[in-house]
Amino acid sequence: MSATTTFAETGQVPRRLRTLVRRAERQHLTKMLALMAPSVVFVALLFVVPIALFLFRSVDNVEIPKYLPNTVAEIGQWHEGELPPEGVYRALTEDLIALKGEPEAAVLGRRLNYSVPGFRGLVTRTVRQLPDTVPASARELLAGIDERWLDPVYWATLKQQSGRITDFYLLSAMDLKRGADGAITQVDETQAVFLSLYGRTLYTSVGVTVICLLIGYPVAAVMASAGPAAANWLLMLVLVPFWTSLLVRTTAWVVLLQTEGLVNKILIYLGIINEPLSLMFNTAGVFIAMVHVLLPYMILPLYSVMKGVSPVHLRAASSLGAPPVTVFRTVYLPLTIPGIAAGCTLVFVLSVGFYVTPALVGGPSDQMIGYFIAYFTNSAVNWGLASALGAFLILVIAVIYLVLGKVVGFDKLRVR
Amino acid sequence: MNAIASIPGKSQIEDPIVRFSGVRKSYDGETLVVRDLNLDIVRGEFLTLLGPSGSGKTTSLMMLAGFEAPTEGTISIDGKDVTALPPHRRGIGVVFQNYALFPHMTIGQNVGYPLRVRGTAQAEIDKRVMEALEMVELGAFGDRRPAQLSGGQQQRAALARALVFRPDLVLLDEPLGALDKQLREQMQYELKRLHEELKVTMVYVTHDQTEALTMSDRIAVFNDGRIQQLARPADLYENPQNAFVAEFVGENNRLSGTVTGVSANSVQIDVGGGAVVKARTAGSFSKGDKAVLSLRPERVAVAQTGKWENDFTVEIDKVVYLGDINRLLLRFAGGSEFAVRVANVGSGPVYKRGDSVRVAWRQADCLAFPA
Repeated sequence: MSATTTFAETGQVPRRLRTLVRRAERQHLTKMLALMAPSVVFVALLFVVPIALFLFRSVDNVEIPKYLPNTVAEIGQWHEGELPPEGVYRALTEDLIALKGEPEAAVLGRRLNYSVPGFRGLVTRTVRQLPDTVPASARELLAGIDERWLDPVYWATLKQQSGRITDFYLLSAMDLKRGADGAITQVDETQAVFLSLYGRTLYTSVGVTVICLLIGYPVAAVMASAGPAAANWLLMLVLVPFWTSLLVRTTAWVVLLQTEGLVNKILIYLGIINEPLSLMFNTAGVFIAMVHVLLPYMILPLYSVMKGVSPVHLRAASSLGAPPVTVFRTVYLPLTIPGIAAGCTLVFVLSVGFYVTPALVGGPSDQMIGYFIAYFTNSAVNWGLASALGAFLILVIAVIYLVLGKVVGFDKLRVR
Repeated sequence: MNAIASIPGKSQIEDPIVRFSGVRKSYDGETLVVRDLNLDIVRGEFLTLLGPSGSGKTTSLMMLAGFEAPTEGTISIDGKDVTALPPHRRGIGVVFQNYALFPHMTIGQNVGYPLRVRGTAQAEIDKRVMEALEMVELGAFGDRRPAQLSGGQQQRAALARALVFRPDLVLLDEPLGALDKQLREQMQYELKRLHEELKVTMVYVTHDQTEALTMSDRIAVFNDGRIQQLARPADLYENPQNAFVAEFVGENNRLSGTVTGVSANSVQIDVGGGAVVKARTAGSFSKGDKAVLSLRPERVAVAQTGKWENDFTVEIDKVVYLGDINRLLLRFAGGSEFAVRVANVGSGPVYKRGDSVRVAWRQADCLAFPA
């Protein structure tokens, strides 16, 4: 009391006090930043920057401007509907002669082949047969090597893809393309794979999440209400799968689920079925294995929230006249929603990115987006498309998270 | 109140609202938490179950609420055996120590809950919720969340919720335990006011003997799974039936010694240090028996001149200043835990350690129990 009157009496002291408080706060902040710095630097260097760089590949168009600099400069003069002028032919011929005997010719061919199938063969064949100098008519030369150089489709592609930035990969990842006139159209039904792939990925993830919730909720509830000794045992059983690698567990499911596998043998032995069920290389197998792998991720957040639900609340509800089902519906379920939201978010996000499990126990039509990202990264070496697929995956998850956050509240999506 | 005042500490009465008969409870199959509980609760009374923790009082309350099943015996409400009836069909209001308000509902929704699960019409719910909230002076708080209320307000809301469906019987499990002293006293008055206004039967569990003495019509003192004494507050304080009750209810000086002489209603007891105390008997004694004496500090007169049966001059071991009184700890009968009180009137003598002081008390104020 005496301290406040002193400050009120002398006008100077509060300002000094404020400075002191600010200094103390600044020191506190510096300390916190210093403590967080290692992890921030680590995440930034090894996580944020690489991901940003890789995502940039979905719009990056490096090959065409780099290997065909003259063509890119000249092709602006060409107007669609006619053959390109001689200058454009000459520019391309010069660019291709420069690539003669260089491995970059194959890189360029591969890039052009994404846009028009067969472009790779055209480029390599032309480069191989080009003379060392450009003759009087470059058009005749190229047309002589391959008649396709008279087809405007190839020139249109070169013109469309001449910029430093391209929307080609992003459009492809959504089963879209730019036609010869530059308008965005759907690709042929035979080539449209990605939209149904997203659909399948989301369908599988939602299905796995729902099954995990239905199986995990009662388990978590029993664990939360069990005595400490029993709860520890149950917790250990839930955690046992974490002691084994994902690959080993998935392979174990292969052994169990195959036609001559343990599951079918037991079911036949018990007389439940006569013919072995096909549980492998189909959707059933993917669901069984994914639910098994992801179940702990559902149970643990549920358990931690349920442990915080005071049994006194349930007693209070029943003393106030609510029968058990009403107690569950009006008290227990609403109080465990944060656990449901956290568990579902975790399982859904993890299962959207699943790769190994569907690859091993699923059939060709059960592969999820992760499989194709891996395929385009490792086998097809089409990093632009892999990156575009990844970018849309991040976008889809972000949208779902935002919608869920708006509906149930962001504070409830935290995993505790 | 008068109907209840006429009821002595009998365990069997006519038309009780609750009857425990032969109730035992064991959790592990070896030790009994509640041993042979026989208790009738009078319609409309405020009954307190008082006892230290682990004495079986809360377990008894939980069995009455239906959260625990008796291992043996029966519990009946209004003459109907409810031993196997689940809690939600007993129609008892329960107030818990930590309020147990549902955090995901507003105060209004909390109070309306018992009506909602009974399928009451919404208009009726709104009306009765408002009434109940106004009854506990929370009329303006219906839209708040429990976390936005103070402890005292939360407990009042919990009380409103337990009363809104107009139960005949309300159980309160240490409802004021989490509140600070001032709020606790305020809530005690409020509870008593509600009890008298609504004429419901309240069964109150506490370990706080002051709370029990101020609020109750009757008190059942529990220890070791048994009711040690069932009586009105004044009876309990003045005539404790055994040493435990004397010790647990109110402040108490405990002396032990050997009986040296017996006459009608009184005994002489040698408590050591050459002191022989004359005491009223609670039990039968013969010469040479061991006995425990119980004497309230406020019944010991300090430095008075009258002629009382017990009169000693003893040395002061410690003076404790408590504001309104000074507490003197005396070296009596070889021990030093003999406490007396001296009102701090400002003009009296000043006591200090090492002084000798004359203390006296009536034989009737000193009770001897068989050890």
